[in-house]
Amino acid sequence: MKEHNFEGPIRETLKGVSRRDFMKFCGIMAVSMGLPLSAGTQIAEAVSNPRRPPVIWLHGQECTGCTESLLRTSHPSLEHLILDLISLDYHETLNAGAGHQAEAAFENSIKENAGKFIMVVEGSVPIKDGGIYCMIGGRPFADIVKETAAKAAAVIAIGSCASWGGVQSSEPNPTGATGVPQFLKGTTVVSIPGCPPNAYNFLSTVLYFLTFKKLPALDELGRPKFAYGRLIHENCERRPHFDAGRFAEQFGDEGHLQGYCLYKLGCKGPMTHANCPSILFCDAGSGAWPVGTGHPCFGCTEEGIGFTIPLHTTSDIGIVTPAAEHAPIQTQRGTGISKGSAALLGGIAGAAIGAGAMVAKRLGDKDKGD
Amino acid sequence: MKIKRRDFLKGLAGSAVLAMASPAVATSSEGKRLPDALGILYDATLCVGCQVCMVACKKANAMPVEHSGSERLWDNPADLSASTLNIIKKYENGTAKNKDLEIDGYAFVKRHCMHCVDAACVSACPASALTKELKTGIVSYNKNACIGCRYCQVTCPFNIPKFEWDNPFPKIVKCQLCSHLLAKGQIPACCGECPTGASLFGPVKDLLEEAERRQKMTAGKYYEFPVSDMSSTKIQIHKAKNYMSHIYGKSEGGGTQILMLSGVPFDKLGLPVLPDHSYTAIAENIQHTLYKGMILPIVAFGGLIFLVKRAEKNKKS
Repeated sequence: MKEHNFEGPIRETLKGVSRRDFMKFCGIMAVSMGLPLSAGTQIAEAVSNPRRPPVIWLHGQECTGCTESLLRTSHPSLEHLILDLISLDYHETLNAGAGHQAEAAFENSIKENAGKFIMVVEGSVPIKDGGIYCMIGGRPFADIVKETAAKAAAVIAIGSCASWGGVQSSEPNPTGATGVPQFLKGTTVVSIPGCPPNAYNFLSTVLYFLTFKKLPALDELGRPKFAYGRLIHENCERRPHFDAGRFAEQFGDEGHLQGYCLYKLGCKGPMTHANCPSILFCDAGSGAWPVGTGHPCFGCTEEGIGFTIPLHTTSDIGIVTPAAEHAPIQTQRGTGISKGSAALLGGIAGAAIGAGAMVAKRLGDKDKGD
Repeated sequence: MKIKRRDFLKGLAGSAVLAMASPAVATSSEGKRLPDALGILYDATLCVGCQVCMVACKKANAMPVEHSGSERLWDNPADLSASTLNIIKKYENGTAKNKDLEIDGYAFVKRHCMHCVDAACVSACPASALTKELKTGIVSYNKNACIGCRYCQVTCPFNIPKFEWDNPFPKIVKCQLCSHLLAKGQIPACCGECPTGASLFGPVKDLLEEAERRQKMTAGKYYEFPVSDMSSTKIQIHKAKNYMSHIYGKSEGGGTQILMLSGVPFDKLGLPVLPDHSYTAIAENIQHTLYKGMILPIVAFGGLIFLVKRAEKNKKS
């Protein structure tokens, strides 16, 4: 029964939250990461630790959409997250203080928690012209990222801007916008791409790190496999329509009203890795994601797709599989010989026979001559 | 023309040798099943047409996808080809409402190399690029030995070997029962992935027993069916269908290592109607008899020399 003696600290840290609710939350988080329910107990141990892990959240070239999506989570809610689970020491949108006061908190936290804090970067790093296109407290953002990352326990890039450059890295990319993994070459950076990313992918990653003291399994682009291991197309609720060849041809047509596949309207699901169809957005119930509402996937998580391929251009198919239809027993191949080609072949054959006859005749003449 | 007594007797001897050859035809090299032969039992009544076997096959053999029709969205080959080793085809009749019924019904069939007991392609191959493995009986292909004559394509009664017409260094392409997976202790990909046990891998003698067991089942009753591999413990319970009273491949063309069960006549599923004996055996018998000990060629050659000499003698005289 030793593993249950963290109930005391939970009460202490989570005033007003019942143990039952708390354990439920931990269980949900475990399941959303694809971990066994029992991992919920371990998560509870980790987050009820009296010393909350410090988080430094940096903002570069971005729209704060990632933070906005994080503000809308319900399990845990934002106040639960920043007051009970983590110690959010610096976040420009959520800081109580401002100016020198905020900067001082930032400096202090880095000094105190060197090697222990989680660094989260939202937004891309502009590197053109010495990084002057994004300055914070009079210093280029690029320098701040580099210095802070050197002291962080883990670096998480939240959103497509931080993961690979996002919208501002599209041609002609005037500021030299660069994703954090590309900017901090050699450092392991967990990417949570998306515009905005699903906040639960971020929360799950943070809690995994707090619980197991290591990062979750990542793919070659640094994305957690539990969230970005599959193409949207693989789990899409409209996939059966794709397999059966039932497509919406234009917005508002009969197929669109019937909920058919949106591939021909430019859906990038077949090329985009994300778990949107599985965990949806904003806890609003079924259908709460772009394809669910009738809009083709834009490919926001995937570099080279979102903000790169035009919205309504059809994409390639990442994993090509058979259609729902089957080949018939007998296959008709070709349409037989056409009149034109028959005439041509006849002509060639005739010419060959004629030439052969002439050659034979001449041979005979030659024999006679001899 | 006057025939000498000597010539007449010679001719008589020659035809006697030829005549002796014919009785041997039906028996001599006709294939016997190898005791450790491996194969697949495909039960069309269990197949749900999910095509996962096609997906698994392409993955296991690193085959490219194949589009047919104008839309390049699916891997939807129309038939076996140089990039498709395995295909699920669908039989449909009338309203096509009832599974495994010939009239107003539909049925699936899986087509790939049948791994014949007496494989015509192996017999026809002049370069021994196609060989029948001595133990497992798998008909395998060696691209380094292949000379590209495509006799195998002509001779195969199931129209299986495919040729890479668009490749400057073409190969013959056909199912080799995933022998690369067997070498690793795994089973053919199509059987490994089949969710219902429609494709069942195992030693042919066990598969034959299993097929016979299924034919004795009462249609409409529930029975246990092994899944994936005869030796696995995975079992599913299915309702037995009305099986055709014949096991396709038990005797067709001398027998095949791929066996099939169906609720629909096999010719409706596009499988050729073949006699019980093997064409290969007949062809081989004729060839082997003609050339046995090189006696007949020598006799024929001697006859030719004699004719030429006689003609020359006649000319001089």
